[in-house]
Amino acid sequence: MGDSQYSFSLTTFSPSGKLVQIEHALTAVGSGQTSLGIKAANGVVIATEKKLPSILVDETSVQKIQSLTPNIGVVYSGMGPDFRVLVRKSRKQAQQYYRLYKETIPVTQLVRETAAVMQEFTQSGGVRPFGVSLLIAGYDDNGPQLYQVDPSGSYFSWKASAMGKNVSNAKTFLEKRYTEDMELDDAIHTAILTLKEGYEGQISANNIEIGIIRADREFKVLSPAEIKDFLEEVE
Amino acid sequence: MSIFEYNGSAVVAMVGKNCFAIASDRRLGVQLQTIGTDFQRVFKIHDKLYIGLSGLATDAQTLYQRLVFRHKLYQLREERDMKPETFASLVSALLYEKRFGPYFCQPVIAGLGENDEPFICTMDCIGAKELAKDFVVSGTASESLYGACESMYKPDMGPEELFETISQALRASVDRDCLSGWGGYVLVVTPTEVRESVIKGRMD
Repeated sequence: MGDSQYSFSLTTFSPSGKLVQIEHALTAVGSGQTSLGIKAANGVVIATEKKLPSILVDETSVQKIQSLTPNIGVVYSGMGPDFRVLVRKSRKQAQQYYRLYKETIPVTQLVRETAAVMQEFTQSGGVRPFGVSLLIAGYDDNGPQLYQVDPSGSYFSWKASAMGKNVSNAKTFLEKRYTEDMELDDAIHTAILTLKEGYEGQISANNIEIGIIRADREFKVLSPAEIKDFLEEVE
Repeated sequence: MSIFEYNGSAVVAMVGKNCFAIASDRRLGVQLQTIGTDFQRVFKIHDKLYIGLSGLATDAQTLYQRLVFRHKLYQLREERDMKPETFASLVSALLYEKRFGPYFCQPVIAGLGENDEPFICTMDCIGAKELAKDFVVSGTASESLYGACESMYKPDMGPEELFETISQALRASVDRDCLSGWGGYVLVVTPTEVRESVIKGRMD
C-alpha cells in the first residue's frame, strides 16, 4: 500500500489525500471499549463498558465518564491517558470562558474549542494526534445536546451514537430503537440494552458506567446502586 | 489637570419602565480650548445594547473599536447577540487586562436583557463594576450629575418622561462644568423602538 511510505510524518498528506496518522488514531479508537450516547427529549445519557484487566483492580478508582462543567459530561473510546489530557484542557477552557463572560459556556462552544485542540495536534511539529473519540453530552439554553469529536478534530451532533469495538452492531441497534420523543429513562434502558448486545461476559453494575443529564442541568455519573436499579428494570 | 479631564465629558444612563435612556454631552476639548461640538460618546453594540465612554477621547474610540470587534466575533461564533450582563463582564475583563497601563475611560453600559429587562452599569478605568437599579453617571460632570439625577429621578418612568428627566439632569449638570456641554445627545430605547435626539443647551 503506497500509503505506508507516508505514515512516518504526521504532517504529510499521502497521495490518496489522507493523513495516515489520523487513520491510525481512528483504528486505536475502534479497538477501544464500546461507548455510546443517546439524546432524549428531556436529557442525555452516555454510557461505556468498564472492563478491567484483572479482578484485582479496584473498579471504584476507574472513572471513564467525567464532567467538564456542572452541565456538560464526556465519555470516550480509545486511550485513557489521552482522554485525561483532553478533559483537563477542556475544563480549563470552560473556566476561561466563565472568567471572561461570567456566563457558563454553551455546549457547542466547548465542543468547538475541544475539537480545535484536537486539530492542533494534527498540524503541529513533534506531536501525535489524540487516540480518543469523545462523546460530549450537555444541557444548556438550546436544550439537550450530544456531540462526537474525532481525533482529526471533526465534530458531529448526534441523536444517538456509539464508538469503539462494537460500533456497527451498536449503531444498528440504536437505529432500530431510537425515537424522537424518547424520555430519558427509556433512553437509559436502551443504552443498557445496547451495551449488553456486544458485551462479552455478564453485564453488571460494576462493569459499566453511565452518566446522565436531565432538565435540571446537573451532570451526574450514576452510582453502582443506581445502575443496579436500571439493570433490574431492564431484565 | 488630570488625564481624565483632558478632553472633558459627561455620560449618564437611567432605567425606566421597560426602557432605558443613555445620554452624553457633545463637547470635545483640548484642555480649555473647545475643538469639536458634535463628538460621539455613546455607541451602539447591538440593537438593545449601548455603551457610553467618558474620559480620554482617544481611549474611548479605541476601546469602542476593540469591543465591537469582540462582539462581532461572538455573534459569528455563538449566533446570538451578547446579553448586557455578559458584555459588562467582557468590558471589565478587557479593562483589567491593562491594569498597569489602563485605558483612561469610564464606561457606562445600558441595555435590555432577558425579557427586555433594562440593565445599566458603570465601572472605573480598571474594570470595577458597579450595577445600579436607577441611574449611573461618569465624566468630568459626574458630581453634578449625581446630584441632579438623585433629585430628578423616580422609578418606573415611561419613555417620554424618562427622556425629559435625563435631558434636564444632563443639561443642569454640564452647565456647572466648564469642560463638558455644547449640547447633548440622548437615546431612549424601548423593546420596539429607539429614539435619538440632539438637545440644545448653553453653547459655552
